[in-house]
Order: sequence, then C-alpha cells, then structure tokens
Amino acid sequence: MLALAPDAASRKAGSKLAASGPWSGTGGDDEGAVWGLCKGSGSTPYRTIVDLGDPSAPAFKCSCPSRKFPCKHALGLLLLWSGDQAAVPGGQESPDWVRQWLDGRRQRAERKETAAAGGGAVDAEAARKRAERRAARIDAGAGELERRLADLLRSGLAGAEQAGYALWEETAARMVDAQAPGLAARVRELGAIPGSGPGWPVRLLEECALLHTLVQGWLHRERLPVELAATVGSRVGLPASADGPAVRDRWLVLAQYDTSDARLTTRRIWVHGEETGRTALLLSYGAAGRAPELTLPTGLALDAELSAYPGAGRLRFALVKQFASPAPSSLRPAGLSAAEAAALYGDALRDDPWLDTVPVTLEAVVPVPHDGRWQLADTAGQALPVTASAASGTGFWRLVSLSGGAPLRVFGEYGHRGFTPLTAWPAAPGDPVRVR
Amino acid sequence: MTATASTWEDLVTTALLGTERRPPSVPSHGREAPVALLDEAAQQTLRRRAGLLPAQAAALPRPAPADSRPPLPPAAARRLSMLLTARPGTGGGGRRGTAPDLVELLPQWLSLADGRGYAAPPETLPALLEAARGRTDLRPAVISFAGPRALWLAGLNPEWRFALRAAAGRREAAPAADPERSRQLWEEGLFAERVALLTALRGQDPAAALALLESTWSTERAEDRLMFLDSLRSGLSVEDEPFLERALADRSRNVRATAAELLSGLPGSALSLRMAARAATCVSLDRSGGEPCVVVEAPHACDAEMERDGVVAKAPNGRGERSWWLGQLVEAAPLATWSERLGGHTPEEIVALEVADGWEGELHAAWCRAAVRQGDAAWARALLGSPSAPEAAGPGAVGPAQRAKLLTTLGAVERADWVAAFISAHGLSEAFQLLGVCAVPWSAPLGRAVVDALDIARDAGSYPWSFSGVMGLAERCLDPAEAARLAPLTATPDEAENTAPGAGAYWSEAFQRLESTLRLRATMAEELGAA
Repeated sequence: MLALAPDAASRKAGSKLAASGPWSGTGGDDEGAVWGLCKGSGSTPYRTIVDLGDPSAPAFKCSCPSRKFPCKHALGLLLLWSGDQAAVPGGQESPDWVRQWLDGRRQRAERKETAAAGGGAVDAEAARKRAERRAARIDAGAGELERRLADLLRSGLAGAEQAGYALWEETAARMVDAQAPGLAARVRELGAIPGSGPGWPVRLLEECALLHTLVQGWLHRERLPVELAATVGSRVGLPASADGPAVRDRWLVLAQYDTSDARLTTRRIWVHGEETGRTALLLSYGAAGRAPELTLPTGLALDAELSAYPGAGRLRFALVKQFASPAPSSLRPAGLSAAEAAALYGDALRDDPWLDTVPVTLEAVVPVPHDGRWQLADTAGQALPVTASAASGTGFWRLVSLSGGAPLRVFGEYGHRGFTPLTAWPAAPGDPVRVR
Repeated sequence: MTATASTWEDLVTTALLGTERRPPSVPSHGREAPVALLDEAAQQTLRRRAGLLPAQAAALPRPAPADSRPPLPPAAARRLSMLLTARPGTGGGGRRGTAPDLVELLPQWLSLADGRGYAAPPETLPALLEAARGRTDLRPAVISFAGPRALWLAGLNPEWRFALRAAAGRREAAPAADPERSRQLWEEGLFAERVALLTALRGQDPAAALALLESTWSTERAEDRLMFLDSLRSGLSVEDEPFLERALADRSRNVRATAAELLSGLPGSALSLRMAARAATCVSLDRSGGEPCVVVEAPHACDAEMERDGVVAKAPNGRGERSWWLGQLVEAAPLATWSERLGGHTPEEIVALEVADGWEGELHAAWCRAAVRQGDAAWARALLGSPSAPEAAGPGAVGPAQRAKLLTTLGAVERADWVAAFISAHGLSEAFQLLGVCAVPWSAPLGRAVVDALDIARDAGSYPWSFSGVMGLAERCLDPAEAARLAPLTATPDEAENTAPGAGAYWSEAFQRLESTLRLRATMAEELGAA
C-alpha cells in the first residue's frame, strides 16, 4: 500500500493518518470505492475518496490543497481501510459528494474507450504530414550529431574529459529541440562516461561508435529491413503505439522497479507468460514526485491481454486489458545456465545492436565474491559478473543472504556490463524476494 | 581483410589522441578518418559484446550453517519488514501524531521473537544487521535472533564486522570446556573478544576466570585492567579477596577504587571489616538526653591506610573534606555494623533515629549507597520509606536517582507497588526514573496509577509534551490489556478556562497514539503465536 506514496514524507504523513482519530463518515461500496472525512487544521474536514475499481490504476480525490499525488489523506485512508475493517465499514451507499466524482470518472473512462474505438481515422492525412515534419527535424538533428561525433574523434576523446559535462548537455538539448529524445538520452549518458572511473576511454569509444551507427541507421532507414527500421525509430525516440496482436495469458510479475531523474520516474515491470513463455516489459511513467500509476507487486500473476510495441525483440508491451485482479502464483519461470544467458544476449544483439541488456532467469546460481567484485556461478562452474552498481545496492545483500552459499533461481537483466539481479526465489517453496 | 583490421587497443589509442594527430590504421574507403574509425569501432564493439562468454567461477563461499529454528509465521514476517523499513518519528517533546512509533517497537519485537525461538527470514538479515550497526542497544537481540546465517553474512561484508566481534563472545559460551582455546584467545584476541571471554568464563567457572586474569594482570594497560576487574563483579566470592587486596596497591587510581568497591561488597572481607571499624568510630548513639540520638564525629584526617582501602582523599569542589571522608567510610561499611553499633535496632528504627547537628542528610545518603552496593533490601525498604509520605517526593537526602537505585534491590512486585503508590500520591513529575526500573509490561496497579496520573495531568490543563518521557515509556511498557481503559481518554475534551489553549486536542492525540501503540503491541504478540 505504501508503495503508492510519491515520496518518503508522504509515506510518513500517511502512516500517521492511518488511525481512526481524525476520520469520520468513513465507508466503502461494493465497487471498490472508499471514502471518508479527515479532520485537518482547518474547520471543514477534507473529503477524501479512493477508487480501487480498477486495481491496476487506483484513483484518488481529495479536497485538500496538497499538490502531492496521492496526498497523505488518501494514503492514510487506504491504510486505515486495509488495517482495520471496522474503521471503514464496507457495503455502504455512497454519499452524494462521492457519487458525483465516481460517476464523472467512470463516464470519462467509457468515453475514452469509445473514442479509441471509433476515432482512429479522423485525420490520417494531417498525421502523416506531422510525421514527415518531425522526421525532417530529426534528420537535421542527426546530421548535426554526426558532425559533432566526427569532430570529437578528430580532436581526440582525451579532450572530452576536460570539456566536461556542459559540452554534452548542450548537444543533448539540441537533440531535444530536434524531437529526438532517444538520441538526447544517449548523448547525456555519454557525458557521464568520462567521470565513471578507470577504463572510461574504452566505454566512451564503444558508446560513440554505437551512437554513430544509430544515426547512420536513421539517416538510411529506408534501406533497412522493416523490423530494424522500427528498432532504429524507437531508439531515436519516435513515438510509437503498441500495435502488436493482443496476447492473452496469465502474466507472472517477475520484477518491478523504479528509476528516476529530475524530470521523470520510470517504472519497469517485467512479466512472464505462463502459457506463451514470453517475457514482456511494461513501462509506466510518473512526473517527478508522483508514483507511476501502474503497480504490480512481484510474485502476483494477472490474467490480461498485452500488446507489443514495434521494434526488434518486441520486449516492450502495453497492458491492453486486465480480466481480473492480480492473484498470488507459485509459478516460477524456467531458467538458463550462465553460458545460455550469454548466448541469449549475443543473439539479441543481432536484431538490436543497441541493446544493453536482456531479461533472463538463471536456473541455479550462487553469488560468489571474487577480487572485490561479485559473480553468479552456475552449477557447471561458469559465472556471470554482477554489475558494479547492482553489487553496491542494499538489495544485493538480500540475494547473498537468501542464498547462504546455496544455488538459487535468479531473474535479472544481463548485458555487456554484467548481470543485474532483480528477483530471487528461495531454494525451498516460498515467495520471490526483491533483490534490487 | 584481417591483415588490415586494427586491434581494439589501437582504435582506443587513436580515439583518445584524435585522428588529426594519429591517423587510424583503418582503410578509409572514401570515408572521413573519424567516420572510418567509428564504423570500425562499432563493428568491433558488437563483435566483442556478442561474443561475451561466462568466466570460470571462483571458489564458492563455504555454505552458511543451518538454522534449525522454525520460520516466523507469515504475519510476523510481514510485521518485521514493516518495523525494519520504518523511519524514526519526529521524536523529542513535540507533536508526534496518533500513529505508533514503529522504530521504538523494534527492540520489543526482537526480544519477543527471539524468546520464542523463531529463525529470522534470510532476506531480512541485511536490514537487521544495518539496524544493529546504527543502534548498539539493538545488537545483542539482533545477533541472537539473526542467528548463524547473519554471522556468515557478516563475514562477507566488512561493515557488519561488529556482529562477528559481538558473537565471538557468544561463541565462547562454553569456554570452560576448552581451556587451551580460551588461553589462546585470551593471549591473542582483540580487547572486546577478551572481555567477552572473561565474562563468559566468569559465569561458568569464576576461579578459572580469575586465574586467567591473574596470568596476564601485570602486563595489561590501566584502562583494560579496569574493564577486566569490572567483569569480576559477577560471581564475586571470598576466593577473589586475595587478588582484590593486591589490586588495592595498583598503579591506577581507578583500578584501586574499583577493587575497594568490590571488596566492600564482599561481606566479611578484611576491607569491609576495616571500613566498619573506621565508620563505627565516627557514628555513635547518645542516650544522655531524653530520646536517643545519633551523634556523628567525622574523621579528622585521611591516612595512607584509608587511601589504600579506596578512600579518595581530595574532596570535590564545594564539599567539606571531613564529610566527604565520612560518606566514603559509611558507604563501604557493612550495614549490619549499624544495628550492633546503634543499640540493636532494625533498619526502620535506625533510619527513624534523630541525627544530631545536621548530619542526617550525609549519613542517610551514605546508607543509601551502601544499601545499593550491598543489595540490602531491608535497608533499601527502610530508606525508601512510605511512597505516599510527603517527603518521599521532596528534595531530601534521597533523590529520584538514588530512589531508583534503591528500588532495584527489591523484588519486581514490591518495586512496582511502591512506584504505583508513589505516583498516586505525587504525580508523574518525579516518576520517570522510577518507572525505568520497573519490569515490563507494567503490573496492573502500576499501569493504572500511570494512566490515572496522566488523566489528572490533562485535567490540570498542562500540555502533554511535559509528560512525553512518561508517555513514551507507557507506549512501550504498559500492558496491552490496558488499551480498553484508554478509549474514553482519546476523545477531545471541551476546552475549560484554566487549560492551555488547544491542549485538549493534543492530549487526545497523545492518548490515541498510546492506545494504538498498545493495540499494535498486542497484535504483534499474537502474530508471534503463543509463548
């Protein structure tokens, strides 16, 4: 429940409001709405509503002036509701102020569905023109980036260390102007490499070279196979929509984790289909300070339809339709050996050379310390290195502790930097454990 | 083709220096030099990445020892992870809201779970060790509950080395069984390991511990000697007297003082008899007047013999040296001395005797210290007096700190009853230290006395944070069964004229937190199952 909180302060404030003291007029209906009046510092109590009708996207409404979302009152109400059934009696008729908001919200949701179904071909011509204009701007930006890379190599990477971050920030800003956010993100990452410790020239050359290939791919996209052109487009940052065929399955949630920068919180959720055996990535975003909407706890499985985004590998999917609330599952994905995992990444690079990692489950590995770093050793005596950033996180010690020197099944992301463990299953039956 | 392909190192060098300074060895095929370099580097990067192979696995760590304890019930395991992720509340005397302060409940949960013999879930061990790293008071419970796997884990992470050190002592739980190993650890171990070893051995075989200490005594540093001497406190017997007598001649003043203190706590020791003789010459009973009266003639000098027996000659600033010496003599003299010396009276009768010339404060304070040092419940009872007597809360010879110490010599029930009666008579303002020595959870009479006193304090119109210390204690120590009695107090009362503005709402909040904390503690105990 507290995972919904946008930040630690709200989590704390919410926990404090999870006692029946400040609340009155609390109740819940049978469709998943919960409401209550919370006494704050003013004379009128705040009206707080939480709609859990759609478990994948809980909605919140509160009359308090807080700009945090959800606010502490909504969190407190949820905690109170989950902790003390008597404090928030269910099966109630909702009061008018609750009904108004719920009706409005549910109507809007219906309208959105109808619009999505019928409004597709409204102005295809205008859309095509917009896309052309955008492609032309990216062309210009890509040409400029290509010149900057050539200049850099002409004068030497050693100069990049002295030029510092500003050089890259400026180039990244130009790529944003050129509507190529994918290129902008890669340029920003280049800027961090000179400060990343020993061996940086190798990493900088690798990434410059791959960025160069990406730009070349974009500029010659009409000569590429369709799949690869789509990959290039999505890597450059063209907007795309999930147009793959709907895949219905029971999707086991393998891992969920957030990364955030100053602007955006990105939530990555890996799911694994029981029937199809496919591993899919669901992305959800939240503006800074807000938790992304989609929350799927590790270890649950959901009966849902997913649809793939274009691009090689087709790892990224969208959640199209969910048929039931997520339910616990004891299924564990089948795993690979270290050598098979390495081969899997190698194969994937053929379709998408810019791929940093692939999702992979290792069948039975032991975390082993070696020369100040860690590796995951399989039963055949072969090992994958653990990335430095993963090994320094607090979650990694949960993996070591869970293993206790014995082999475990571990899901994570593997690529040229090494393996990042995300989830581990204890040797005995039991719930999966987040290890990131 | 292969003949002209440049090596990767070559490409990196060229890239670092720039193609202007070092033309690449890649054929240009009409491309600009930097472009040719980038093309070649991209190809090689991809080839390297696609060809990555697993490494040969390093030697596996030795497996963690098995933990035979049963796993936590699922609800208790969830509770533990909640307690471990909680952040400290605002603390201090300010407004603390109505929710329980989870951080304060962790120690209680740990001792409960450990006492019931559950094993900690492996995935919680890192968070448990982190918590113990930051809070030394948690360490013993964490290390015991976290079990063998946590020590295995601590061996892999230098930040958790404290657990290994603390556990070294526990591992030496049976040092008497292996004298050879004990001797080796005693001679080569770290200071903390040696203290732990000595303490453990003292618990099993006091004489062997003494022998071990004597074997290296003369070569130890003064600070270490002091700590080692302190570990003789448990299992103290006449066997230790010769050694302690020798320690009275130690180079370090602190070691001498501690040796004297230990000897004076040893009934019948030569030192305590010497002190009794000295003290007796200073205090006598005068029957010449009507009522018998205690007359005090403080020592005129502190001779070398007295100093050797631990009497500190130099008085602190602002104290007369004669009364300073007297206090030390009486403190170190066996209390049995006085019934003989003062006419065969009981402790109550002796404490009630009038003391001439304003020596009562000095004499009674020294008797208090003696009662604590000698663990004498009869004298402690006499000196504590009736809890409801008006002077019990007054500034007299027996202050709150001294009273708390005296209480520790009494049994748990008697202690709680005394404090309950004290609170009923005098309120909470002097009660904090007394409550601190009472057994947890508080007995029913004590719990009721505290709640009633809080209720009275609220009606008197003060702010609850004047009582935040007692409130915090009550949250952790009140019996959860009392929660029901708190319900009427959680409502916000109407504001009366004499009360501080808004105090009612704050009180209601404080009582809500108290109630919710008690309920949570009850739930926690239920989750851990029957004892």
